[in-house]
Amino acid sequence: MKRPHSDTLLYLNGVSVSFDGFKALNSLSLIVEKGEMRAVIGPNGAGKTTMMDVITGKTRPDQGDVVFGTDTDLTKLDEPAIAALGIGRKFQKPTVFEPHSVWDNLLLALAGDRRPRFTLWARETSEEQDKIEEILTTIRLKDLRQHRAGDLSHGQKQWLEIGMLLAQEPLLLLVDEPVAGMTDAETAQTADLLREINRTKSVVVVEHDMDFVRALGVKVTVLHEGSVLSEGSIDHVSADPKVVEVYLGR
Amino acid sequence: MSRLSLSLSLLVILGGAALLAVLNLAAPPSSAFHVSTYVVSLAGKYLCFAILALALDLVWGFAGILSLGHAAFFALGGYAMGMYLMRQIGTRGVYGNAVLPDFMVFLNWQELPWYWMGFDNPGFAILMALAVPGVLALVFGWLAFRSRVSGVYLSIITQALTYALLLAFFRNDMGFGGNNGLTDFKDIVGLDLHLDSTRSGLLLLTAAVLALQLMVARFLVTSRFGKVLIAVRDTESRTRFLGYRPERYKLFVFVLSAVMCGIGGALYVPQIGIINPSEFSPANSIEAVIWVAVGGRGTLIGAILGAILVNFGKTIFTGILPELWLFALGALFILVTLLLPNGVLGLFARRKPEKSQ
Amino acid sequence: MNFLRTCLVLILLTAPAMAQSEDAFTGLGSNDFDAIGAAITALALSGDKQASPTIHAIHDETLYAAPDGSLLIKADAGYVDARTGAPVADVVEDDLIAVRVNNKVRRAVDAALGSLDLFAATPDIRRKAAAAVFLSRDPAILPALAKAIAGETNDSVRVVIRQAQAASQLANPDATEAEQLAAVAIIRAKGGLEAQSLLGSLRDQTPAVANAAGEALTALARLQQLWSLVQSVIYGLSLGSVLLLAAAGLAITFGVMGVINMAHGEMVMIGAYTTFVVQEVIRARAPWLFEASLFIAVPLAFLVSGGIGIVIERGLIRFLYGRPLETLLATWGLSLVLQQAVRSLFGANNRDVGTPKWMSGATEWGGVTVTYNRLTIVVFAVLVLAALLAVLRYTALGLRMRAVTQNRRMAAAMGIRTPWIDALTFGLGSGIAGMAGVALSQIDNVSPNLGQGYIIDSFMVVVFGGVGNLWGTVVSALTLGIVNKFLEPIAGAVLGKILVLVLLILFIQRKPRGMFPLKGRAVEQ
Repeated sequence: MKRPHSDTLLYLNGVSVSFDGFKALNSLSLIVEKGEMRAVIGPNGAGKTTMMDVITGKTRPDQGDVVFGTDTDLTKLDEPAIAALGIGRKFQKPTVFEPHSVWDNLLLALAGDRRPRFTLWARETSEEQDKIEEILTTIRLKDLRQHRAGDLSHGQKQWLEIGMLLAQEPLLLLVDEPVAGMTDAETAQTADLLREINRTKSVVVVEHDMDFVRALGVKVTVLHEGSVLSEGSIDHVSADPKVVEVYLGR
Repeated sequence: MSRLSLSLSLLVILGGAALLAVLNLAAPPSSAFHVSTYVVSLAGKYLCFAILALALDLVWGFAGILSLGHAAFFALGGYAMGMYLMRQIGTRGVYGNAVLPDFMVFLNWQELPWYWMGFDNPGFAILMALAVPGVLALVFGWLAFRSRVSGVYLSIITQALTYALLLAFFRNDMGFGGNNGLTDFKDIVGLDLHLDSTRSGLLLLTAAVLALQLMVARFLVTSRFGKVLIAVRDTESRTRFLGYRPERYKLFVFVLSAVMCGIGGALYVPQIGIINPSEFSPANSIEAVIWVAVGGRGTLIGAILGAILVNFGKTIFTGILPELWLFALGALFILVTLLLPNGVLGLFARRKPEKSQ
Repeated sequence: MNFLRTCLVLILLTAPAMAQSEDAFTGLGSNDFDAIGAAITALALSGDKQASPTIHAIHDETLYAAPDGSLLIKADAGYVDARTGAPVADVVEDDLIAVRVNNKVRRAVDAALGSLDLFAATPDIRRKAAAAVFLSRDPAILPALAKAIAGETNDSVRVVIRQAQAASQLANPDATEAEQLAAVAIIRAKGGLEAQSLLGSLRDQTPAVANAAGEALTALARLQQLWSLVQSVIYGLSLGSVLLLAAAGLAITFGVMGVINMAHGEMVMIGAYTTFVVQEVIRARAPWLFEASLFIAVPLAFLVSGGIGIVIERGLIRFLYGRPLETLLATWGLSLVLQQAVRSLFGANNRDVGTPKWMSGATEWGGVTVTYNRLTIVVFAVLVLAALLAVLRYTALGLRMRAVTQNRRMAAAMGIRTPWIDALTFGLGSGIAGMAGVALSQIDNVSPNLGQGYIIDSFMVVVFGGVGNLWGTVVSALTLGIVNKFLEPIAGAVLGKILVLVLLILFIQRKPRGMFPLKGRAVEQ
């Protein structure tokens, strides 16, 4: 495995995590370049969510390096510190602040000072309002700005969460199953949305839906039993007999 | 909570207290409008409990911290005030010792312990009534929130905290009067505690403090800080991935809440005339939780309303059918959690459309 | 009656003839305390049948000297001749002089009594006598001791007599240094507080003996420390088993099901009251059953508390699954209702629950004392735990319980009626709490507040051990019990408990999931 160079954004090398003897990640290695969009697929229990947990600081790896940019060791940092570095995460189950309005959800996600002493006295600035308006347009929720987030449909919540990710202004977005439970139309719109986001940011998408991955048209990494089974274009991995055996064949 | 309901609440709290005070002092005892000093003290007690409930609602309703030890902060504030009132007795005690409180003379202590120094000064005592609960909450909260102890685990260790304090304050050699606590107070800042005017004054002061705390609490929960806090309450991990540090938010509100309780306790003791270790008993803290639940969690005004309603009920019940009070209280716990998850205020709120603004 | 009267007359006729001769009894009538003491010692060694009652009489101050030189023992019915044991009629009480006693004489009496009993027929009396001699340490008895050792047939009694001999030897001014050193060795081997106080009194002896005694003393003190350590551990295990009993049910309802049952303590309390009721019924109807009352109470308490547990689960808790804080509040309210209900039924005062004879008393192992009721509770805790583990592991119910807690939806899909399993699991946990109540009724006050005293401790035990881990609960209960008992002598009982609570609070903050946490993704939910 080559060391991270100036174009590398995320670098995982030999990462292992085990829970009570069960190896969730087994010497996983992965490189994401700046500006890249990567799709990660794999059967249940392949370690996709654990990989996200390791990158975002939720789970500490037993072994291995997790490096962001050229020299930031993510294994030493906790979730808020990693978020502050510019790594945003969307959960598998859409997780928004249900009692708050769509507007407030985005307001809380906007990049800025996160300390209590700031938020206590903070007033909405016109800059912030412009930003939120812009994101509302991107995620197609302009008309629902004052709706309670808990009242949104499933797909709208997914978009709101992606919007919150954008508001964070991250360098890297980790998106866990963004189209689970979406209609076909919503799925297509989400693919557009992600491609749009990818113009300025790096994205890692974990997904089950093969049509969606194909629609994204990006490099695919196949995980199996906690390590990389195959990597390449969607056509390349679809043809890989190992992949066919453990995943696609079933 | 709208601006209107806030103004209305402040008006009711302050106006109600003022009305009681006026009817107590100005109306002659023979008049039909006369309010007895007993009622004035009772109202003062309810408002002190309302302060405790408000503080508890702030942590439970808005930060999701179900503290089962909040009465401990209240009691600590009460002890700080009690120590001041003890020192004020001076030579009027049974033993006539100018420096040592009666119980110390009784225990054959020769001099005042160091931690009683300075409590002859009311300013210092009030500072301690804020600082001691605040520092305890700071240390406890820092340890707990940093290591992400939450939910029922947190509830159980807050209960253990107040239980440990209960045991500690029962000990005679702690120097806080042991089982009997501190009592037989004579006067406060030179005013005789048994005078009607002092009682009414304390009631007005309590109402003013409660009103001020309500305004502070409302400012807090409607600020961006409050929005983060609610986000932390419902989806703590999400706020972390957004770059917030939930432990700092929780710690801030926990300490603030403890300080609010301390003030409540300091106002409670001169009006009740005694502070003893039973104030630390875990049952007291849990009872405070039910006040909040009855009124409506996360509404601030509901907490105040709940504290007054439940304690009014308690006064009535224990007067008429004392043995039924625990049945009633127990039933209240069960019925409110099962049937009224949003409390009394929730009954009214449900008719409005569910919108945040 | 006639026969007896004839005997009496015969004895009366022969008595005066024997009274006047010079014998071991004569000195007892002396005015000189030394002479009396010597006479007592001589009498004790004489082997005379009447020696024992006579010396006992001196001890009880009922021995009188008559002007004719005869000695009379005042008995309930009249006077008895000390030399013969025959009753004496026509005693002129005014002529009698009580045999004089001072402290020196009393010592001689004690020693003599000891040496007399050394030859008693019952081994237990001989053992007691030797122990008495050990304490009195009269060199005058040495010959008697030697005789007793030679004649002793019981090995364990002989050891005790040897120890008595060694103790007396150390008080013997005529003993050689070698003899005394050997004696010190025997005393050292005996050990115990008595040996320590004896060894401590030997500073004035020859340097060699004093030295040996000093060494022996340090060795014994060290041994003593060791024993007190063992005693602390045993007290700790006893407290730990109480905690374990109180927490075992909670380990099921809270640990396995995740239900915060604040009324758990009341399930314990109800178990204790069941014991009370069982005993009341037995006292009224079948007093001969009393010794077995606890055996009847245990299954009944299980059924009563378990039944109430099932009702609580069906009537309240099932509406609150997934809302732990609400469950906490509702069950707290329930605990208030249950307490008040028991208070209304049985009164607010402590009720008296009796202890069967087989649980009273204590036994000594080496240097430690263990009371039978504590011992029974330790055994009971082990049995309850074993039964619980067996139910979980080997029964169909246990299998279903584990299935439901591990994957509720899958279990439901397999046809398990999960609501019933929930109710039965909760009933099991509550029933165990009820059985704990039977045990606690033996060591704690049975009052409506009984349960409140255990609820915080029980939660601490379960959380400390790691929620969902039964073995963790066991280790945690025993650890907390022992730590508590070790802190007690240092800090006092209350401060010790406070310290344990504070340490626990700090520990939970370091390791929020307890000593033996469950790991993996399942925990996160």
